[in-house]
Amino acid sequence: MALLETKNLGISFGGLRAVNEFDISVEKGQLYGLIGPNGAGKTTIFNLLTGVYRPDEGAILLDGVNLTGRKTIEICKAGIARTFQNIRLFGDLPVLDNVKAGLHNHYPYSTFEGIFRLPRYFRTEREMNEKAMELLKVFGLEEYAEHKAKNLPYGQQRKLEIARAMATAPKLLLLDEPAAGMNPNETKELMDTIRFVRDHFDMTILLIEHDMKLVSGICEKLTVLNFGEVLTQGDTQTVLNDPKVIKAYLGE
Amino acid sequence: MKKMKAGRLSKTTKNDLITYGMVILAYIIVQIFVATGHVSSLIQGLLVPFCTYAIVAIALNLTVGILGELSLGHAGFMCVGAFTSAVFSLAFKQTMPGGPRFFIALLIGAATAALVGFLVGIPVLRLKGDYLAIVTLAFGEIIKNIINALYLGVDGNGLHFTMKDALSLNLAEDGVVLIKGAQGVTGTPNDSNFTVGVILILVTLFIVLNFIHSRTGRAVMAIRDNRIAAESIGINVTKYKLIAFTLSASLAGVAGVLYAHNLSTLNALPKNFGYNMSILILVFVVLGGIGNIRGSIIAAVLLTLLPEVLRGLSDYRMLIYAIVLIAMMIFNWSPNAIFFRKRMRQRLTGGGKSEKEEA
Repeated sequence: MALLETKNLGISFGGLRAVNEFDISVEKGQLYGLIGPNGAGKTTIFNLLTGVYRPDEGAILLDGVNLTGRKTIEICKAGIARTFQNIRLFGDLPVLDNVKAGLHNHYPYSTFEGIFRLPRYFRTEREMNEKAMELLKVFGLEEYAEHKAKNLPYGQQRKLEIARAMATAPKLLLLDEPAAGMNPNETKELMDTIRFVRDHFDMTILLIEHDMKLVSGICEKLTVLNFGEVLTQGDTQTVLNDPKVIKAYLGE
Repeated sequence: MKKMKAGRLSKTTKNDLITYGMVILAYIIVQIFVATGHVSSLIQGLLVPFCTYAIVAIALNLTVGILGELSLGHAGFMCVGAFTSAVFSLAFKQTMPGGPRFFIALLIGAATAALVGFLVGIPVLRLKGDYLAIVTLAFGEIIKNIINALYLGVDGNGLHFTMKDALSLNLAEDGVVLIKGAQGVTGTPNDSNFTVGVILILVTLFIVLNFIHSRTGRAVMAIRDNRIAAESIGINVTKYKLIAFTLSASLAGVAGVLYAHNLSTLNALPKNFGYNMSILILVFVVLGGIGNIRGSIIAAVLLTLLPEVLRGLSDYRMLIYAIVLIAMMIFNWSPNAIFFRKRMRQRLTGGGKSEKEEA
């Protein structure tokens, strides 16, 4: 059974049909790409999957569990984590605390225990610090642990966002244009990071991207979206050579 | 890794300890001056207000600096804490010893202010934008006006209240009027003094600083920095906003309790619980540095002291007060001034290093 499945997903904003009859099926461990021209509805689909929008119709299944219409927090707990097209870090918090915020629901203690510093506070904080440093090390960010997140270089901020998403221990990771604004070298490094995340954490990744080098380099399967509808789906090379796809991007 | 973790812990802890130390040191110095008779009665009368404003400034900084929401009604929460606790203390003036009575009054003031903060927060904190500022602004004025119109009395049958006048309370012969409308509460026992005030500052600091460095505080600051991202990693935005705001309101209530027990007559005037007071508290927070708890205390004390010290200049008093405000703002927030301070600090610490090397 596929890890993520959507059936007949659709949403309208007023008279605009943003997404229509969207079906996708992502297998566990897959690196899946979602591409399409600007305004095709890619980010809207991410917002549907993470509960920012409620679909007008259709269903979202993660690991067989129906997540349709659930709130963002519940979906996060169910195992979908995401990054954003425009980076959204906790800029004034240290890098380490950004990751610790991602661990929030996995290392609980009460506000009371926190204020009065009961033993559980020290124990949990120590475990959190260890786990967060471990994650930072995996992403090569451990030397920045004390820096404010907003002072990191752009490429590292992207990495930190992925690290924070990974801290929530997701089953599925959604990356929204991870290579946006990166130069070719940074993109190459990012490709290695994404591949590494998949192999190291045995993660399933669904990503939106415009950079065709990245898409053809790491994605195993693709779905092409145009005007809110699926244009074509299949193996990366087949899809990219499809005349329909080329037409959608470049015109006749 | 361990080394760095230890360094990190000690860095925040060190900062907190400096703040506690500053308060204790100030307390000791003032006590010495008082004991040697170097403090004028004017300043002695200001000692408890210093503590009151420092506490409410810390409380507001929790809302403005840590939660990132604007509240223009913290004087209203102070007012709630002040009046509920004053009524309690007055009702039990004869029957309870001062210490436990003040302690219970403190809990009552904090709890009612927290409850009111919670009720104000429930609808407003679910919204995005500056609604909290608007609603708290209205709330502060409403509370002040209600209390000015409220008559409350107690007799053998329990509590009576009315909005008309003291006679309509229909008290039994043994009854006592606790709140006399615009005349307020008279005869509250003077349970607070400078020592109690400083202890309360330290307790407030303990609660707020530990809160900031806990998991809850981290969640609150994450929401401040990016609400959408915080939601996406599973943080319950409304819950944590409410926790922070309720805590902030309750600490403002504590400041109100301290204020009420320092006066024999407590009125809800525009001067002490009105809009101007709320703005003044906000000025303490902004000038002390948003999110900077230690700065709030310093700003609250300086800006309370300044108008009194400048009294001799009579007509020029408010002019100089305004100039000091502007100067402080430039010193705190101008990019050039920040850069200058950073450079000076680097030079100082760099100098320290080379001295060590020489040694």
